[in-house]
Amino acid sequence: MNEASTTAVGTAHRDGATTVAPSRAGLVGERLRRRAADLLLSDYFILYVSLAYFIILIPFLPTLSNPANLANILSNMWPLLVVAVGQTFVLTIGGIDLSQGSVVGLASVVGAALLATAGSEAVMANAPLWGLVLSEQGGPLAGLPRGLAIGILAMLLTGLLIGALNGVSVAYLDMPPFMVTLVGLIVIGAFAIWLTQSENIRPLPDSYVQLGKGQIVSVYLGEQAEPRIPRREIHAFITYPMLIAVGVALAAHLLLSRSVFGRYVYAVGSNRRAAEISGVPVKRVIVAVFMISALCAAAGAILYSARLEAGRPTLGEGAFLLDVIGAVVIGGTSLFGGKGKIIWTCFGVLFFVLLSNTLNLMNLSSFHIDMVKGGVILAAAMLDVWRTRLLRERTT
Amino acid sequence: MSALVRFERLTKAFFGVPAVDDVTLDVEEGSVLGLIGENGAGKSTLVNMVGGVVAPSSGRMLWRDAPYAPRDAAAATERGIAFIHQELNLFLNLTVAENLFIDGFPKRFGLIDRHAIEARAAELMATLDLDLAPNALIEDLSPGERQLVEIAKALHREAELIVFDEPTTSLTPRETGRLFDVIERLRAQGKTIIYISHVLGDVARLCDSVAVLRDGKLIESGPTTTFDISRMIRAMIGRELSGLYPERSAGPTDATVLDVEGVSQPGVLEDVSLAVRRGEILGLFGLMGSGRSELARVLFGIDPAERGTISLDGRPLPTRPRERIRAGLAFVTENRREEGLMMEASIEDNLALVSIGRFGRAPLAFVDSEALTSESRDVAERVRLKAGDIHVQPAKALSGGNQQKVVIGKWLMRSPRAFILDEPTRGVDVGAKYEIYVLADQLAAEGGAVLFISSEIEELMGVCDRILVMSRGEIVGTFEAPPFDRPSILAAAFREAA
Repeated sequence: MNEASTTAVGTAHRDGATTVAPSRAGLVGERLRRRAADLLLSDYFILYVSLAYFIILIPFLPTLSNPANLANILSNMWPLLVVAVGQTFVLTIGGIDLSQGSVVGLASVVGAALLATAGSEAVMANAPLWGLVLSEQGGPLAGLPRGLAIGILAMLLTGLLIGALNGVSVAYLDMPPFMVTLVGLIVIGAFAIWLTQSENIRPLPDSYVQLGKGQIVSVYLGEQAEPRIPRREIHAFITYPMLIAVGVALAAHLLLSRSVFGRYVYAVGSNRRAAEISGVPVKRVIVAVFMISALCAAAGAILYSARLEAGRPTLGEGAFLLDVIGAVVIGGTSLFGGKGKIIWTCFGVLFFVLLSNTLNLMNLSSFHIDMVKGGVILAAAMLDVWRTRLLRERTT
Repeated sequence: MSALVRFERLTKAFFGVPAVDDVTLDVEEGSVLGLIGENGAGKSTLVNMVGGVVAPSSGRMLWRDAPYAPRDAAAATERGIAFIHQELNLFLNLTVAENLFIDGFPKRFGLIDRHAIEARAAELMATLDLDLAPNALIEDLSPGERQLVEIAKALHREAELIVFDEPTTSLTPRETGRLFDVIERLRAQGKTIIYISHVLGDVARLCDSVAVLRDGKLIESGPTTTFDISRMIRAMIGRELSGLYPERSAGPTDATVLDVEGVSQPGVLEDVSLAVRRGEILGLFGLMGSGRSELARVLFGIDPAERGTISLDGRPLPTRPRERIRAGLAFVTENRREEGLMMEASIEDNLALVSIGRFGRAPLAFVDSEALTSESRDVAERVRLKAGDIHVQPAKALSGGNQQKVVIGKWLMRSPRAFILDEPTRGVDVGAKYEIYVLADQLAAEGGAVLFISSEIEELMGVCDRILVMSRGEIVGTFEAPPFDRPSILAAAFREAA
């Protein structure tokens, strides 16, 4: 950042002068650089990037701004946001939760096995769940008055249990989060697949499916020519998953930024030793953070499986973790801990979903899409390095 | 003699605030220049400009009368400048010889020529009159020996200007003596040295000339012969220091607050008993390895003790630090960087850390940030913190003395009953030291009990009501009430194993 002044000093040497004021061009350059730095360090930087990206691409991809596509982008954001919010907590304490993907798969299987309204022996006969939980009549909760609530509770408890196991292993057994959750990813993922022998469990009750698809406010753009407007021309705007995701994000935001617990989370991420010596209940905080992460993954499982109308053990496989961690890191949460905000994650998710959407619209194959996404995450990591350096220059 | 480096009206401002302000100074070739000043006076910024770490805002530097503007640290190294920092830059898992050659190994048949590097390392050791084996692993060396390897590395790179930044902080007296011998030797070989230190006695003894910085400005400079220590202090802090230690505002009472009975931990502590009374500053003196810091950690519950009881106001303390804090114990660690502060976090967040639970408001435990900010400001004022906006400024941007005030301040926010201060003035300049003594006195005067642990015998004699001496994990002497007898305290500390 001192290039301008260095040049000025260089000139001074040639002139033999002892002091030199930076040139006018140097001042303007300095001011521009200051502006750019402000922008880069702003909480809203990724939002600006997303908007700029969106506007720049509209001429090339006219379908991008179609109401149908916008509704699609929104509907893809909500489940990812719920899961990414949980990951934000873990990254903020300097950890990582790779098991989120398998928690999504397992929770969706647990919920579907309990709630399914029917079962098919032809499909499920080899699955350990068949006969034990599932039957021709569906799951044990099918048709019960409070079945839906109990089923959802079971899914969330599944998440909490796995999160507690992760947290205890990291906090009390001092194992590295990467190892613990990688093993979780493999073992829990395999367990979920074994439960159903990799079959999907369906059909699910309508009330459940509503949670992933239900619309509250939908819009139709244009004149009403016919008495009945065709379904596909009505675009969902406010939906149940939106309310759920926004609710989760808001609660998480308040928890992290306003509560005593949130302060503890940042303290553990900034300097664990100092936090311990200052009386922060470090181990309990770590366990709680991993439980929040897995709980969010389970909540994400509700939205994903309801939208799919099936419980699927492989729901969180493949590039899913790339999406989650990528979105959080792009938002600006540091992999080194101590630095993270829910609002950053919201913008990171927006950018990531927008990116996937535009790449799809460009008719790229999923392989190409993953390659581009990988590159973008790398760029985000680079951005984090720049930001950190800028911040250091500002404050020392 | 001519100047190796000349600063001409050199200025460096960070966001408009000058850290170095219009400094013009010559560093004579082949001499030792003592650079002194309080923390934040601009010493580091000045040498960082020579080292190419930061670029000047205005003014210029000359190297043997030719303009010198290093682009980066590598360019400065190339020119012949070496730094010996407090934190050393050695690879602990490599040998002495490997560390010397880390940026360019001589090779034979594509492999490192081990014979050649060890021969060259031995040669360098000889020029410094050292007896370190070239194939010794750095991790097996003492802090003093590691520092000498750094010096050898500087010589290997044919450095002409060597900057020592607080080199004696982690050295034993004997290692310090050896370091000074080496510095003398370097000077005899024609090397130029800038020596930065808070230990003014060392500066007076070692340096040919002295330069004093205050608030970024060069206040005074000249041959060491014209400076006595009181003149140095006067120039550094800009006023006469009436005494090095404050008057005690109140004396101890008879009520015991912190009571330690027969605490033992095999290999660390042996049957330690002590009692700190209400209003008392109890000094604990010991050399490195005497068990003084280990005792502090056991008392606070960070490390375990096999036997013994520790009680506060007559009640036995629970085991863990968290519970002991709740009971009213406070611990200012000797290691503020690793254990005391969240360096990246704001001063306010650091001050709040211990007592944040108190600011949670029902029903959801949201932090009452207004109350928190106002209490943090009060505490910052009480410890006389010199800082910008404590809400945004990170702890790492503070000088050592002010960082230590933050560490003390975060405990003040909880109003504890007993304080364990472990080396509270380490790496802190004269002015801030005095302020820390004043704080210790206040804590005691307000009815607290203070256990003041230090390896500096003078400060203990200056501020304490009683002094205990530790050696090899045992309390080996108790010295009641000032005036204290320095030689007998030292004799107790140096006692050989009975």
